[in-house]
Amino acid sequence: MRNPFETEERKAFRETVRRFVETEITPYADDWDEAGEVPWELHAKLGALGAFGFGVDEKYGGLGFDDCFMRAAFSEEFYKCGATGIPAATGGRSISIGPIEKFAPDEIKDRVLEDIVTGRKGSSLGITEPGGGSDVANMKTVARKDGDDWVINGSKTFITGGMKSEYFVVGARTGGEGLTGISLFFVEADMPGFSRTLIDRKMGWWASDTATLYFDDVRVPARNMLGQENFGFIAIMNNFNYERLGMVAGSVGMMKACLEDSIAWAQERHTFGKPLIKHQVIRHKIADMSAKIDATEAYLNQICWLANEGEMPVAEVSKAKFFATKALEFCASEAMQILGGAGYLRGNRVERIYREVKVMAIGGGSEEIMRDLAVRQMGL
Amino acid sequence: MKVMVPVKRVVDYNVKVRVKSDNTGVELANVKMSMNPFDEIAVEEAIRLKEAGKVEEIVVVSIGPKAATETIRTGLAMGADRGILVEHDDEIHPLAVAKILKGIVGEENPDIVLLGKQAIDDDCNQTGQMLAQLLGWAQGTFASKVEAEDGSLNVTREVDGGLETVKLNLPAIVTTDLRLNEPRYASLPNIMKAKRKPIDEKTAADYGVDATPRLKTLKVEEPAAREAGIKVESVDELVGKLKEKGLI
Repeated sequence: MRNPFETEERKAFRETVRRFVETEITPYADDWDEAGEVPWELHAKLGALGAFGFGVDEKYGGLGFDDCFMRAAFSEEFYKCGATGIPAATGGRSISIGPIEKFAPDEIKDRVLEDIVTGRKGSSLGITEPGGGSDVANMKTVARKDGDDWVINGSKTFITGGMKSEYFVVGARTGGEGLTGISLFFVEADMPGFSRTLIDRKMGWWASDTATLYFDDVRVPARNMLGQENFGFIAIMNNFNYERLGMVAGSVGMMKACLEDSIAWAQERHTFGKPLIKHQVIRHKIADMSAKIDATEAYLNQICWLANEGEMPVAEVSKAKFFATKALEFCASEAMQILGGAGYLRGNRVERIYREVKVMAIGGGSEEIMRDLAVRQMGL
Repeated sequence: MKVMVPVKRVVDYNVKVRVKSDNTGVELANVKMSMNPFDEIAVEEAIRLKEAGKVEEIVVVSIGPKAATETIRTGLAMGADRGILVEHDDEIHPLAVAKILKGIVGEENPDIVLLGKQAIDDDCNQTGQMLAQLLGWAQGTFASKVEAEDGSLNVTREVDGGLETVKLNLPAIVTTDLRLNEPRYASLPNIMKAKRKPIDEKTAADYGVDATPRLKTLKVEEPAAREAGIKVESVDELVGKLKEKGLI
């Protein structure tokens, strides 16, 4: 469907990403996913495209501008590779770049931001804890003031990119209970007291290293606090918007991959004396999938336009996220039905996407939390 | 030095082309178009010469419909400096293209014209050679390696049975082969910068060229479908079949 907000530059960027993914990623996607990691050069190649530089000043290797449509195009095209652990492993840094760019003092930004944005080094966001994920306001990790330093104790889990990242943005309790007592800290992997373990045997996202992080008296200087003391919750919530938008766009890419592979298979496979595509039951599945993709894409475009206008529509982002992952669940399931036994074999996009629906439906704000947030935004 | 890179807008190499139902040509409606891959290699080579400090300016030229501006922008986003679009909506053949390019060379005075050895749509493989003849310049075709020296170029060519290296005195024409380089991806910052780079708009008439085709396409047809083969059980059977057909 034509995007009414399309420009020559957005189109050119999407084309570049599409070609990059088709040439540099898709042919290796199976191998990397089975191997459980991506080569580090891929981070730098993506960095060179400009993929991690949205909203970051040029002096830190960023683009010097932001554009929600281009962010979305990047995610959509990248997720089409069909092994979405690869965008997770490399693009996972994006959700930590925002807080560093916005809140870190120049001394930290000068030292680390360019390395992160250009893909030389990894960074991750640490919010979720072993004791609770969605309930951000009740996090248990604490930071206590000791002289000019803060001393952090606690743990974080399901941290994307967590095994390889050198830098972390971590939420910790600095004040009383609830959402008004949380602050964000910049933590480095070589700080004494920091350790991590790999979370292995995931349902999907095999190419992505997921970690549990432990903080045992990790001492950070006061300047490592990102933003105002006890105002971390708002920063975390704001930061979620672009992550969720990226996941909506990623879902669109995954759905398009499902549709594309379904059509190709249905044209090739013959049953009852004719190609699958000539059977009404299959044609209806194709129609339903295509309609859901169009609807999600149109919703996403509208939200991108609003975000570019400076009015991040929080309620719509929340609704779009669960709408997109529900649509994705439908498309992945129908694509599996169309591919039949062939879809059940490892080494094809549809099989993997079917397994990776759930990480999209849970990560970055579960469908249940998204619905709750949307209704709260309606003042109810 | 200054390099001029002519680029052609063609059906994207990933597209499975289909013949029009009236057999007058191939279907172009709603078909993805992009820069001819050999020309992309030419743009990349020009940029590498510039990065090596041998070249100061790269001008990308395209002859085609208004939409060819997009193709020029691709070259600018890769790293070329400015563009020239010679707007021409109808079919155009290599000789007319070479004549227009000669006209542009007269205005721009490049030291090198670097272009693809052929376009993947008509596979003519003529424009570079015709341009060399019209200008009376040296030519190094099917280049797999280009080295710039003072006043000359060493061009390694892929020929039957091996590699041949020729030394060309400048100004010269170089046409690119597949193995010359791997073109880069345009980065987003460069895509944004390309927007501000100038593109001049011209027509064939500006260069006094009559671009009316001298060839007429009579009919375009799909290649004949391949017939199914047969499976043989053993080497002996294979040899027997080949003998039967008089092939050995």
